[in-house]
Amino acid sequence: MPGSYLPSSYLPVLIFLVISLVFGLGALVMGGMFRLRRPYAEKLRPYESGVTPVGEPRQRFSVRFYVIAMLFVVFDVEVIFLYPWAVVFDRIGLFAFIEMVIFIFILLVGYVYAWRKEAFVWE
Amino acid sequence: MVEWFFGYLAGAVILLAILVVASRNPVHSVLWMLLMFLHVAGLYLLLNAEFLAATQVIVYAGAILVLFLFVVMLLNLREEIKIRRFTGGWLFKGLTALGIIYVLRRGLEGFRVGFEGPWSIEAVGRATHTRALGQVLFTEYILPFEIASLLLLVAIVGAVFLSKKRLR
Repeated sequence: MPGSYLPSSYLPVLIFLVISLVFGLGALVMGGMFRLRRPYAEKLRPYESGVTPVGEPRQRFSVRFYVIAMLFVVFDVEVIFLYPWAVVFDRIGLFAFIEMVIFIFILLVGYVYAWRKEAFVWE
Repeated sequence: MVEWFFGYLAGAVILLAILVVASRNPVHSVLWMLLMFLHVAGLYLLLNAEFLAATQVIVYAGAILVLFLFVVMLLNLREEIKIRRFTGGWLFKGLTALGIIYVLRRGLEGFRVGFEGPWSIEAVGRATHTRALGQVLFTEYILPFEIASLLLLVAIVGAVFLSKKRLR
């Protein structure tokens, strides 16, 4: 009976998603149907606290942001591995502990490298 | 019932993947990709792999997408949008696509539908998915797990190296 393999405990999540989707889209559609539409140039201009907008909204960002994001991804993945490790720690014990120490040590080398190369310093 | 959910998720993933490639604005592409990642998480959930689904949302939709967004912000978008795309070379592109499909098809040849081995869906359900995954990952797949840390180390070194004008 393949139907029984459906993860039915996640049904509330599905209902929540459907309701939030219908609510969000519904508000947009209803707003579009009932609001007045009287556009003029000043109204359509992007709001910048009353100051006339100057220049392009699209600007190239510093590469520093990319490095911060990359380091975030790396340590995010590292922490994700800690979750299943913590859950099975009581079963595997010391072996799992040594395993994780090696794992974290290798990443610690990367952390020290990034630190020494001043990746965390904003120039 | 399962077939309907799978049909929706698989169809949505394919459609969203096409939209990612076909969108003119790279920021739109990234947003379509976010939606695609969430649907892939749905596929994992359908496989009763709840830890993978959560990881998909946290790591892919949360972290890797931010990385994509920052890469897009490094581009000169005004110039990027003007570039003509999908021009020529269709024979080569088609052959490449066919090659990829062939390799995937060959890879799936030994695959049979059904639940075998010690970790059947019932067994995973009893142990909870995170526990089952940890049990297998930290005993049977210890070497790939440790190699993953080396892979992450390479990513750190690469990112730091790329961003530096001069290394001290």
